[in-house]
Amino acid sequence: MDSTDEMIGEYRASIGRKVLLMAAFLIVLFVLIVLSCAWGTDNSFGTAYQVIIDHITGKHYEIRSWEWWQDHYIWQNVMPSVAVSIIAGVGLAIGGVVMQAVTGNPLADPYTTGISSGACLGAVIAILIGFTFASTVGEYGIISNAFICSLVPALVVVLISKRAGSSPTTIILVGIAISYFFNGMITFLMVMADPNKMYAAYQWQIGSVTGITWGEIPMMLAAVAVASVISYFVSSKLDLLMLGDESAKSLGLNVEQFRTLCLVMLSVLVASIISYTGIIGFVGLIIPHTARFLVGGTSRFVIPMSIVLGAAVLVFANMVSRTITFYTDVPIGIVMSFIGAPLFLYLIMRKKSQRQIF
Amino acid sequence: MELKIEDLEFSYTADTPVLRDINLCITGPKFVSILGPNGVGKSTLIHCINKILEPTKGKVYIDGTDVSTITIKELAKIVGYVPYSANDTFPLSVVDTVLMGRHPYSSWKSLDNDLKIVYRTLRMLGITHLSMRPFNELSAGQHQKVMLARGLVQEPKILLLDEPTSNLDIRHQIAVTKLLRKLSEEQQILVIMISHDINIAAKYADEIIMLSGGTVYATGTPSEVITPENLQAVYEVEARVEDDGGRPHVILEDAVSMDEEEYYEDEPARV
Repeated sequence: MDSTDEMIGEYRASIGRKVLLMAAFLIVLFVLIVLSCAWGTDNSFGTAYQVIIDHITGKHYEIRSWEWWQDHYIWQNVMPSVAVSIIAGVGLAIGGVVMQAVTGNPLADPYTTGISSGACLGAVIAILIGFTFASTVGEYGIISNAFICSLVPALVVVLISKRAGSSPTTIILVGIAISYFFNGMITFLMVMADPNKMYAAYQWQIGSVTGITWGEIPMMLAAVAVASVISYFVSSKLDLLMLGDESAKSLGLNVEQFRTLCLVMLSVLVASIISYTGIIGFVGLIIPHTARFLVGGTSRFVIPMSIVLGAAVLVFANMVSRTITFYTDVPIGIVMSFIGAPLFLYLIMRKKSQRQIF
Repeated sequence: MELKIEDLEFSYTADTPVLRDINLCITGPKFVSILGPNGVGKSTLIHCINKILEPTKGKVYIDGTDVSTITIKELAKIVGYVPYSANDTFPLSVVDTVLMGRHPYSSWKSLDNDLKIVYRTLRMLGITHLSMRPFNELSAGQHQKVMLARGLVQEPKILLLDEPTSNLDIRHQIAVTKLLRKLSEEQQILVIMISHDINIAAKYADEIIMLSGGTVYATGTPSEVITPENLQAVYEVEARVEDDGGRPHVILEDAVSMDEEEYYEDEPARV
């Protein structure tokens, strides 16, 4: 290598390749979205694409005409679940990237602080006991309970960290302790419950993106959009956290303060997703690893790549969940486990034998 | 530049200070080595200088500025740090790893300038060929040079190193120590290195700080500090010290016996 300029050129070229790869996966995501609208119907890919474009461009049809039904089916039946899949996929993937940086642990996922057990407890209390924090029953009562209770573990982690120090180990151990406690309460409530209610409570815990309407999406969308932007702008700080506290401090990062801010952001982000969808596993664990495998470990690239991959994987899982059986939708949480576990094993094996692509 | 430490004390628990009555004044540029037995507080001392730890008592001044009055980001522009070990769990290229040393200066527009500094430093350390390699796949010697590069791209006035030669074979220990001495001269910086190898420190350091019992036992040139009496008092070893071209060379003869129980009591947890 001759000059610094040449080496900078090589580095810039590697950035270009990463951006191209992201663009390619973005195209895959768009294809999957259109395919989701055609999947399981008589519509071809082209027809589904046309219906989507016509709707976006504001085309109107005669009410109850064939085209109107097509538009109605895609935009009222399919698209809400696709939109939720995208938002949840993006949010959980970012949650995974941030949590893995905050804990310095590649096994961390957005639920490491016990946030999922908090959400479950909230939902189970609403379903089995009928008590809700929002003074309202039914679906909104469950959502509000899940949201509020899922913030409790993060609050406990932050408070304990202030006394015992916010080391990654403390965060993980406190998260484990909270999960055990909340799961104990959930089990207690479940064994005491009426079987029908117990079935509803159990079903809530399995993540699902169906049955969510357009009206419920804005809160999720806002939380995910804000968290995505914040995460991207603090990506260099997330990289510092991954070096360990000593190095991060010596490079000018106020570690305790930044870690607390990340935990608060994560809690609101993940709570606003899982209170609607239930617990969707694996996305927050495997997507950051897949993104690192594809574009290297710098959060500046891992975050956008995770956004695209997280959305694509959940859109695909949603598509499979709608068509895996003829008579009912299989919840996306189950499909994600089927997809996620083998994919994770593949990544582990491939990492042993080969480096990242770029 | 001048590093001044006044009445510094640090303790993890209220009743047992790890460091006490530390008073030092080091003017640079020069290459300084901190020596002392395990658990004496060598790492704690340098952590108090760069604010990884807050001293319980006392002050640290750099060129007259009290470091407790400046942010750690500002301090990171003055004091570079090479830790004892680096977390390399997540895959990062060598360039990206070293680029993190530019964080105290970074802005969205500064990438080109930062890259120039990074590649210039990699070239100076002779490791440009590693630039796109994953950091966590390097050998111990290469790993150490990358960490050194990360500390240097902070463009510090003072570079602190916590046992940078601990995992290296003898050839690499000498190479890294010589390099640090050269850097202190060429870059005109104050390099402060914790070391366990007395002879290497004696051969290359301009000044030695010897710690014992949580405080400074002796400070001065290698010939002034590395004496049989000091080694006996601080390390509890019997040794001869011979002159090697104006620098002391230690020939170890025996250690004061230590039963097993005492050995484990003395072995500290790393801080």
